[in-house]
Amino acid sequence: MAIVYQRSKGLTDAEQHFCPGCTHGVVHKLVAEALEELDIIGSTIGVASVGCSAFAYNYFACDMQQAAHGRAPAVATGIKRVHPDCAVFTYQGDGDLAAIGTAEIVHAAMRGEKITAIFVNNAIYGMTGGQMAPTTLLGQKATTAPQGRNKEQHGSPIRMAEMLSTIDGCAYAERVMVADPASIVKAKRAIKKAFELQLAGAGFTIVELLSTCPTNWGLTPVEATHWLKENLVPYFPLGVFADRAEQKEETR
Amino acid sequence: MAKELWKGNEAVAEAAIRAGCRYFFGYPITPQNEIPEYFARHMPEHGGVFVQAESEVAAINMTYGAAGSGARVMTSSSSPGISLKQEGITYIAGAELPVVIVNMMRGGPGLGSIAPAQSDYFQATRGGGNGDYRTVVLAPATIQEMTDLTQEAFDIADLYRIPVLILADGMIGQMMEAVEWKKPKPRKLPRKDWATSGTKNAREHNIINSLFIDPKDCTEHNKKLQQKHDRITQNEIRFEETMVDDAEVLFVAYGTTARICQAAAQKLREAGVKAGVFRPISLWPYPEQALYACANRGSVKAVVCAEMSMGQMIDDVKISLSGTKPISFFGTGGGTFPTPTELMQAAQDALKGV
Repeated sequence: MAIVYQRSKGLTDAEQHFCPGCTHGVVHKLVAEALEELDIIGSTIGVASVGCSAFAYNYFACDMQQAAHGRAPAVATGIKRVHPDCAVFTYQGDGDLAAIGTAEIVHAAMRGEKITAIFVNNAIYGMTGGQMAPTTLLGQKATTAPQGRNKEQHGSPIRMAEMLSTIDGCAYAERVMVADPASIVKAKRAIKKAFELQLAGAGFTIVELLSTCPTNWGLTPVEATHWLKENLVPYFPLGVFADRAEQKEETR
Repeated sequence: MAKELWKGNEAVAEAAIRAGCRYFFGYPITPQNEIPEYFARHMPEHGGVFVQAESEVAAINMTYGAAGSGARVMTSSSSPGISLKQEGITYIAGAELPVVIVNMMRGGPGLGSIAPAQSDYFQATRGGGNGDYRTVVLAPATIQEMTDLTQEAFDIADLYRIPVLILADGMIGQMMEAVEWKKPKPRKLPRKDWATSGTKNAREHNIINSLFIDPKDCTEHNKKLQQKHDRITQNEIRFEETMVDDAEVLFVAYGTTARICQAAAQKLREAGVKAGVFRPISLWPYPEQALYACANRGSVKAVVCAEMSMGQMIDDVKISLSGTKPISFFGTGGGTFPTPTELMQAAQDALKGV
């Protein structure tokens, strides 16, 4: 019998801890498949962060480092400078990348650090139990915003892909979602492109993936995918915000 | 080899390059700016990498990433900046990474002053970060000694997979002294087969990590770290004794203060007072037994602990001497330093008190 589908070689056999219906597992799969298809599992070093992504070092088959909260882009910088021929990626959530780690991600982009940030935006702190994230929508309830996020008190959610796209060193910034088969296929294309551009030396690359957190959103997995499309996508539009693939040539 | 005149900050950077350090991540802060500046100028000549980070926090985490990738790597700062690095240092200790960190101490607390001080002793030896961890702390008193200890620091870091802190002060960083570049004694160092360098599809993946979510695993990890700390305590204690054989009053001081104490002890002897100096070089592990033996050799009547702080190392002096000798303290914090005259008076007062 022909094998039509199997677990990516980019993943280990470790049992993942994610809640039922959570799309972290999908994003892990997409990154792993991209590494496998580019044949770079053996020359990739990943950086896990803090949050639901904390155990990523057990799940990816490539070499991995675990970083302090928000510091993954700095750790990745250290790795990339030592191993410039390796692909280096960070795997970060919205609390990690868009709150505590804003300085690190902005300056990694500013330096045009040749790394790829895989940014999982599910508009909530998952691991710690549903606190408000910088990407939590106005009116969206969280354990630290029990009446819903209020603009007066906490401001409006931050759009990281757009913000980073304004930085010259950012070679590629795209926002995708993992909500249905078609969007998942597109998401993988974006991840693969980001790695390809990194390997071509174009600069900093980021793929922001709108994801679900059924547990902390208080929704079933199916309801969560609908909620994502109806609420997250209007505020966080999908698309390519920076594509400076030719940047390297231009600056020569 | 001929002696050369070197500024402390530049000498420690050159010593690191000579020790094979090829990666430096830093952030400006006075009085250590010549360290990143020296690396910025000279790393390219050696095929090395200098990155000016966006913060001390980022710099220490870049250091983590590079050390985890198998490189010899250094970062440096001064007191407030070292506070910012504490998070990274505990992660480096937890993940067992070899890293060398330089702290050219200045006055505190807070922004304090930019003048030389020794008020980060607690932070350096007790750990400013969370958890049960240790950093090896080496405290040079001269620029020559700092260059010698830099090679040692990298070797100790690699040998035990532990962060090593070179704890000096703005005085040592800013002044110039004669340096003779010595060939270091070679140590047999373990291969870094744990580093992330890409599996090349030839081995299981390597993981650099300080997270042990199962408390049983975390307890085992802590036991393993403790065994390592015990080995270091057995093997890496350093100290220097000056004129202690018949000393009646014994100064205990490190770094810059120890040099001033040595001058004071000499002058006391000229005035007929038998004074000596015990100088810990490794502040962790602390030379507890050696200090006990030195102070309890029979002649010592009084011990004077002197620091450029309001009294921090004195805790270790008290622990070491376990109540066997009267201990007095002379300290000056915030960026000023004791004069030999003040120290002579402190020694004479201590002798009068017994």
